This record gives sequence, C-alpha cells and structure tokens, in this order.
Amino acid sequence: MIEVRDLKKSLGQQRVLDGVSFRIETGESVVIIGRSGGGKSVLLKHLIGLLKPDAGQVLIDGEDIVPMDERALLRVRRKFGMLFQGAALFDSMTVAENVAFAFRHNNSLQPEEIRQRVASALEVVNLPGIENRRPAELSGGMRKRVGLARAIVYRPEIVLYDEPTTGLDPVAADSIDQLILRVRDRFNVTSVVVTHEMRSAQRIGQRILMLHEKKIYAAGTPDEIFHSNDPVVRRFIEGVSDPKEPGN
Amino acid sequence: MNFLADTWVGAWLEGLGRITLLTKETITSLLRGRIDSRDLLYQLYFMGVKSQSVVLITGAFTGMVLGAQTFFQFHKVKMDTATLAVVSVSMCSELGPVLTALMVAGRVGAAIAAELGTMRVTEQIDALRTLATDPVDYLVAPRLLAAHIALPLLTAEAIAVGIGAGYIVGVHLLGIDPTYSWYNMLRYTQTGDVAVGLIKAFIYGGIVAMVGCYKGMTCGEGAEGVGRATTESVVYSSITILIANFFLTLSLGTIFHSL
Repeated sequence: MIEVRDLKKSLGQQRVLDGVSFRIETGESVVIIGRSGGGKSVLLKHLIGLLKPDAGQVLIDGEDIVPMDERALLRVRRKFGMLFQGAALFDSMTVAENVAFAFRHNNSLQPEEIRQRVASALEVVNLPGIENRRPAELSGGMRKRVGLARAIVYRPEIVLYDEPTTGLDPVAADSIDQLILRVRDRFNVTSVVVTHEMRSAQRIGQRILMLHEKKIYAAGTPDEIFHSNDPVVRRFIEGVSDPKEPGN
Repeated sequence: MNFLADTWVGAWLEGLGRITLLTKETITSLLRGRIDSRDLLYQLYFMGVKSQSVVLITGAFTGMVLGAQTFFQFHKVKMDTATLAVVSVSMCSELGPVLTALMVAGRVGAAIAAELGTMRVTEQIDALRTLATDPVDYLVAPRLLAAHIALPLLTAEAIAVGIGAGYIVGVHLLGIDPTYSWYNMLRYTQTGDVAVGLIKAFIYGGIVAMVGCYKGMTCGEGAEGVGRATTESVVYSSITILIANFFLTLSLGTIFHSL
C-alpha cells in the first residue's frame, strides 16, 4: 500500500507539488496523468525515495520513507521495480548483465539460476535470446522492454512506470501497454504509471489521478474521468489548449 | 547569512561541505568492505594500465629536461656530477608526484566526471538506487581506492623513468661522469624524499577521484552539464593538487627532515 500525505516539493525557486495526497491499494493499477512538466515524474520519484519532499509523508506499507537515509531506503526499494523514461539501461553492460544487476550481491542464487531468471524475464517482455546484445544496439521500444525486464526480474511488489510509451511509435507503445497489463496480471503487482497518453491511461488504469496546478485535481475510474464534465479534465482528455494560457 | 548563501562564497562552501560528506560516505563504504573486487580491478586497470603512455612520456621528458637544464647551470660552477642528484631529489619529492597527478587528473579525473555525469543525466544513477545499490558503494568507492593505489605506483614509475632518462641525457649526451653522478645521487637522495613523493601521490589520487566523482554525480542537465562537469573536474583537481602540494611540502618536509 502506498499513501502520500500533503506532499510539497520545490525545485529551485519553482513549486512543483503543493499538497499532493492520495492512496494506492495493494494490487491496484493507478495511472497518474497531467501536463508535461507538471511534476508527474517528480511525484513518482518521491514514491521510491529518489527525491526528498520539502514537506509531507510517503508511506509504503505504513512506513514513512521520508526521514529514512539512503541505506535504510535501499531496504524499502527492494519492494519496487522502476521503468525509467529513457529506460536508463547501463550502457557499459550487456542486456543480460543489465537484467541480472539486482542479483549482483545475491549469494543464494546460483549463476545458472540467475541465467534462467534473466531468460525468463526477457521472454515475458517478448525479447528472448538478446542476452549478449548491448543497449546501444537496441531500438527505443526494445530498450524500454529490457528496462521492464530488469525491473521485474526480482519479482517486486510495486512497479513504477515513468512515461513508458513516450517517444515510441503507436505499435511499440501498444506492445508496452500490453506488457504492463501482462506484468500486472502475471505477478499481481501494484502498478503506478505516469503518462500523458490518454489511450494508455484508459487501458492500463483501474483508477486515474490527474495532477494539475501542483495538486491532484481529479481522481476516479477511467470511465469517470473520461466522462467528466470538468472543463480542465475535458480539455486534457481532448487535447485542447486553454486560450487563456498563451503559448500552451 | 542569506546574503552569504546567495554569493559564490556560499556556493563554494556548500560544494566543499557536499564533497566532504561524499568523502565521509565513501570512506565508510570502504571500511565496511562494500565494494566489489571486480569493480576495483577494472578501475585499477583503467587508471593504472591505461595511463602508462601518459605517465612514461611525462616522466621521461621531465627527467631529461631537468637533467639538461641542471647540467647547463651546474657546469658553470663545475658541479656537473651533482646533476643527477638534483634530478633525483626533484623527481622524487616534487615533479614526480605533481606532474603524474596533473596528467592523471586530465585523463582519469575527466573520464570519471564524464562517465558519472552521463550516468546521472540518463538516470542510470537513479536506476542503480532503484536496484537497491548505493551509487557510493558501486561508483565512488572503487574509484577512490583504485586511485589511492594507482597514483603512488604510477608516480614511482614516473620517478624511476625520469631519473633513468636524466641519467641517459646527462651521461651519454652531455658527458657527465657516470660513477660520480650515481654516487652523488645515492648520497643526496634520502628515503624521506621518496616517502614524501609517495605520500603526496596517495593524497593526490584521492583528490582526483573525489573531485571527478563529485562533479560527475552533481552535474547539470544535458550535454552542457556533462561538459561543464568534466572541465571543472580537471580545473578544480589540478588547482587543488598545486595548492595542496605547497602545504604538503612544508608539512612533510618538516616531519621527514626533523627525523
């Protein structure tokens, strides 16, 4: 269970989050939508302790991670897997080394067992047999899928996705959406997806949270959000710019 | 206090505080044995083996120039055979450690800042953290330890090559008597001179690694941020080495000459 209470964060002089609160139940699949540059990725990084808020609480299974130091956070992060916007694969390593990275200091697993776990994770993301390739040899979609394999190989309880389909063609984006659903159903993980792609949001989310003006502006099931009459929500869903905000 | 925080003095003090905290964390990581021997070996290879050409050329030509210039001056007062002693003492306590450290700062320090900076802007450092790996254990600690080991070895190599090159130039090119040269060199070069050089090299190794790692891990966004971090890493570590050298010469000189 993830609970965020009155989270506030400024980057430099600019306030990015101003009193964000929500709760995500175990096994739930939640999509956070909002404008580009609106603080969605910043919010996501707070959930795993990559950023420290200026105020507020982030509770993971009832435990507040905000006051924890880096060492204590390492223990909490074992519950998480995260797929980054640019996949963030380690470019000095092969695909297999990337995916097996989480097992580096795991002495309870034999090398053969690790190889099997890596191969199986790559099969889940429909990329079998690419263990020896380098990240630089992969397309954008493949990199994201390897990033997903790396995030799920150690069976985390919660998977965070930061703009998983951004920069991909519609077919590749669709395959990533399918994978997110497959991972959710197969491993029964809690999924938190940050995106501004409405098609993805509708398909993946059991619940949608809309971040607007530094706060959670709207929350509901995809049906509720997509049939909302609120002008701000409607403009976002329909992709219509606000005439009162020049340049947007 | 707010006024101070907004000036470059405030930023400088903040940076100094952060690099001190990073160093403390790194030393804790090293003392608790959290580094992987494979990472350490790779860094030793990268810093030690890959710096061979740079260090050999620097050491050899410094020794040769120093030998020739000392000979030209000493020849006027008929002190030709003291040439190699000057080369040896200078190479051991000053030129060997400082020039090796400056060359390594240019090659290794820049590479560390560029690599870690790129990892930061492409979120690879964040990815490490999500994979329950502390970037200090994985990235900084092996580099610091490798630099502490590699720099003294490279310096010893530069000193030996410099003295050898100075000997060849002095004896074979300028015609100094080899026996007296060798005798004077051994007479005037003390264990303390070699110890001072190696202690300096150990400290400079730490400066190069920590400045490079700190600049890389705190670099700004994009290619510009990485470029700036790389440049600043070389500039700051070089300046720090030159300033530290003065104080180390004074303090270590006092210690070793009073023994």
